[in-house]
Order: sequence, then structure tokens, then C-alpha cells
Amino acid sequence: MRILKISSIVLVIVLLASLPFVTDRDNLINLVILIFLYITLASSWNILGGYTGQISLGHAAFFGLGSLVTRLLWTGGSPLFWSLLAGSSVAVLFALLIGIPAFRLKGVYFSIGTLALAQILNITVGNVFPVISSLPVDMLATYQLLPRYFLFLAIAIITIASSYLLVNSRLGLGIMAVREEEDAAESLGVSAIRHKLLALTLSAFFTGLAGGAFAYYHVSYYYQFPFTPVWSFDALTMVFIGGVGTIIGPIIGAVFFVLLREYLALNLGEYHLIVFGVLFILVVLFLPGGLVEAWGKIRKFFGKQRSLKKTEQTPQPGG
Amino acid sequence: MDIYLLQALPQNLVFGILVGALYGLAALGLSLVFGVTKFLNVAHGELLMIGGYASFWIFSLWGIGPFLSLPLNILILSLIGLVLYKLIFVRMVKLDVENKIKNTMLVGFGLSLILQNLAIYFWTADDRGITTFYSAEAWTFLGVRFPLVRLASFAVAFICLIALNIYLRKTYTGRAIRATVEDWEAASLMGIDVHKVYLISFVSGAALAGIAGALVSITFSVNPFMGMHWTLKALVVMVLGGLGSFTGTFVGGILLGVTESATALLIGGNYREIVGLVLFLLILIFRPQGLLGSKQR
Repeated sequence: MRILKISSIVLVIVLLASLPFVTDRDNLINLVILIFLYITLASSWNILGGYTGQISLGHAAFFGLGSLVTRLLWTGGSPLFWSLLAGSSVAVLFALLIGIPAFRLKGVYFSIGTLALAQILNITVGNVFPVISSLPVDMLATYQLLPRYFLFLAIAIITIASSYLLVNSRLGLGIMAVREEEDAAESLGVSAIRHKLLALTLSAFFTGLAGGAFAYYHVSYYYQFPFTPVWSFDALTMVFIGGVGTIIGPIIGAVFFVLLREYLALNLGEYHLIVFGVLFILVVLFLPGGLVEAWGKIRKFFGKQRSLKKTEQTPQPGG
Repeated sequence: MDIYLLQALPQNLVFGILVGALYGLAALGLSLVFGVTKFLNVAHGELLMIGGYASFWIFSLWGIGPFLSLPLNILILSLIGLVLYKLIFVRMVKLDVENKIKNTMLVGFGLSLILQNLAIYFWTADDRGITTFYSAEAWTFLGVRFPLVRLASFAVAFICLIALNIYLRKTYTGRAIRATVEDWEAASLMGIDVHKVYLISFVSGAALAGIAGALVSITFSVNPFMGMHWTLKALVVMVLGGLGSFTGTFVGGILLGVTESATALLIGGNYREIVGLVLFLLILIFRPQGLLGSKQR
């Protein structure tokens, strides 16, 4: 079973990695890049929001910082790798700066606090850099889609793998214990604040990395754009629709979100957000486990049917 | 300090106080709903937006000004509040406090997406303002201008505060609401219909958002995207004033208004939106019970 699982994951990765070599349709490549970006966003939001239960409404701050720092360094001539690392490190630094005081506040105050923080950055960046950032001509001349594709693929894989390793480690158990019952976890020697900060650090790091990749990918955009609250809200929506607090949930949520959004945007224009709003409310009210839970329920239902049939067919001993 | 600044200061202070009353009013509804039901309705700003559009359309279609159409506005928003409560929020009444706050926040967030995009769909993304025959009227006192519209808005907001306080102290329903805030289990044992209290509070919150929206429509303008801006303002004011006191909330609003206009004068208009948020973070960190609230254990 385990071998089957691992080999199918390897197969998916190999298939995704060979995609640019079998198709030359740029719009397909761009769509898959978008899916990778949103998988990264959702998975990294989930490390904090799903496993520690701290709902952040301010991940746009980390995404924006990652993109801003990476863009400035990279277009300034620094190597891409170091620019990306610097971008995500700044996002982490900022996360710690806000995290240490914010985790003294419980639950909803953390949410509103992060929203306020992200808005402060959003407005400030809009004031300081009120312009469009465009790639310099020489960079534009050598622009290729392929390295962007593999960067996004790599980041998505690293984020998912890290969440998997985290969740299946001692630290991950501590993080989930804090989510379930903070006082009980503390009484067993699990430091709530340390575990929350660890999750926040990882979450901000990968979100910052995604921001950096965004800066490497886009030819021109407003510096402020990655800071706008829509990035926080999209991440939250995807994770809840997919299945909060699971590894596969954010992936399913991101794929579903991007594909449905593209489809609806073609047919409904801007109003596709109404559909997502309704979907989101329905999930929160009736299906707190998201699509993952729905799938589990369906499987259980059919599993029950099958096992019922089986018991009918097998003759009862002594009957 | 140069002469220009000295001259501008009193005017700035007055504008800050007058706008602050609007912030206070926007926060009153949010604070009432949160205090009684523990619903954190982050779509409060969108309700305010709908209130603004209601007075805009009443004015453009029938020529009735926002102050005269207030009763109709209250009626419309109460109905919307009623529908939202019966359709969505009633399902979260039975959750424990922590989950109730979290889930209503999430639902409110989805709701704000829906309402904002419905507004774009029906009314386009344009800015809409109301200009009546009295819009430009202003009194000048000691060299400080008092625009009539803003003075009247201040008065309406203040009347709402007084009316709310009287309602909560003098009427049976008001007392039932206060009892529910103290301890809903004890209140329900005393024969208070807690569900009804929740419904009344939620609907009143929507109505207050409608009034605030009407005042915003004539003081500033309305567009479909204004919701989050006003929700944030209301949240900041709610935390600033501390929970449990509506007068505190109102004073918190004025405090925010004055701080914002002082920032606009001294640092620059671009930063007036930030100062409230920074203040908010500082208060959350250092005085979670609110600047004016008392410590609760």
C-alpha cells in the first residue's frame, strides 16, 4: 500500500515535470503555474491555520514582502536564489515580529490583528512605491517560461513535503495538541507559544517564497498588488473548501479553486466571487471538513453498501 | 509650529470629531451584535454599504434626502438583517463561544464577498454620492467651518447612542438584552427568550449599519468596495472603546476620527488610514480590554 502511494506520487511529479516538453501551449503552462502558486499559498496557510487553528487574515503581508524584496534584489542584479531566500527571510522576520505579541491574544484577535497588519503594509507600500514594476529590457529579452514553471513546481513540492514531514513529527503532534486543547497541552509540557511560532515561521517562509516566485514570474505589476487582501482571502477560501488541517485538502482546494475560477470567469466575469462566497459559507456551515470530508463520506457510504451486500450473501453460520 | 498649521488645527479637530461620530455609529451596531450574540459579523461594513445605496437610490428615484428617508432605510436594513439571521446566523447560535466567533467571522467573510459582488452586479462599481440643496451649507464660527451635513450627521449618530442607552436601560426587551449579555444561561432560566434577544440584537445591528450608511452616503460617497474599510474602522473603534460600553464605543470613534485627521495634517493624508490600524495593534497587544474598557476577569 505504502509502495503504491509513493510510486503514484512519483508518477504525478514526473508527469508534471514532463508537461512543458509535451505541450507548447503557453496558456496551459501558465494555468498550471497558477495552480502551483495557489497550492503553495494554500498549503503554507494551512500549516498555521489548519494545524494550529490560528486563522490568519494577513498572509498577503508575507506574500507581498516576499515578492517586494525578491523583486528589488533580483532586478537589482542579485542571483535569483539569494533574492528568493532574502525575500522569504524578511517575511519570516516580520512574522516573528508580529507573532510574538499576537499570540498573546487568543483566537479572533489574532485574525483581526493580522488583517490590520497586512492592511498597514498594503497602504504603506502603495504610498512608497505607487508605480508599476516592469522587468528591465535585458531581463525581458531573456525571459523564458520553462525555468519559472520548474521553480513553481519545486516550491509547491517543497511546501507540501515540509507540511507532511512536520505533521508526522513530534513537533507536529505538539502543534496539533495545542490546537485541540491549549491548556492540556501546556500541562503536558508542550509550549503553546513556541509551537505556534514554529508553525507561523514555516507558514510565512513558504508564503514569502511563493511571493518571490511571483516576482520572478510576472513581467509587470503594481508593487502593491501582492499586498492586497485578496491573497489572504484566496488562501483561506481554498483551504476551507478543500479541507482544513489535512495535507491533501489545500491541494484539492487549490486545483478546484483555480479551475472553477477560470471556468466561471469565462462565463460570469467578475461575479464568480459570488459563487465562491456561497460555497464558502456552505462549507463552514455544513461541511467543516471541506471536499476531503465530502469524499470520505461518499466512500464510506458506498463502502457500507458493499459490505452490506457481502453480509447478505455470506450464509450465517448455524443459520 | 508654523502659522499655517496653527490655523488649520482647530478646523482639523472639528472635522475629526464630526467624522469620528460616524465611526462611532458604525461601531455601535457591530459592538451591539458582538456583545449580545458573540457573532463577529465582518460583513457589517457591507450592510453599511447597502444602507448607503438605499439612501442613494431613494434620493435619485424619488428625490427624498437621506435624513428624511432614514425610517425607510432602517426598515430595509432590518429586513435584510432578519433574512440573514434566519437564513444563516441562526445556525451558529448553539456553538460554544470560541467556535461561534470563529465561524461567524468566516461566514461573515463569505457574506461580504457575496454582497460586494452583488452590489457591483446591480449598481456597477462607480462611486455614488448625494448632493442635495443643503449639501454646501456651512456655518462659520470663530473661523472654523461647520458643514451642515456633517453637523446633522453628528447629531443623528449622537441621538442613536442616547436612544440605544435608554432602550437598554428602560424597556423590558432592553433589560432582557443586558441580562443575556451578562449570562445567557441565567437569563434563559429567568424566562427570557434568548433566541428572540439574539434576533432583536442582530436586526438592530443591521439597522444601525443602515443609519451609518445613510450618513456616509451624504458625507462621503458609496461604492461596492467600501465594506471592508468600514468593517475595519468599526473593529478598530470597538477595540479602542472596549466591549460592553456603548458610550465608550462612541468616544472611541471620536478618538479615532481626531487621531486620523491629526495624522493627515502632521504626516500626510496618505497615512491617515494607517494610524488607526497601528493604534489598534498597539492596544490589542498592550491593553486587550480596550483603551477605555475596564479589566474583566
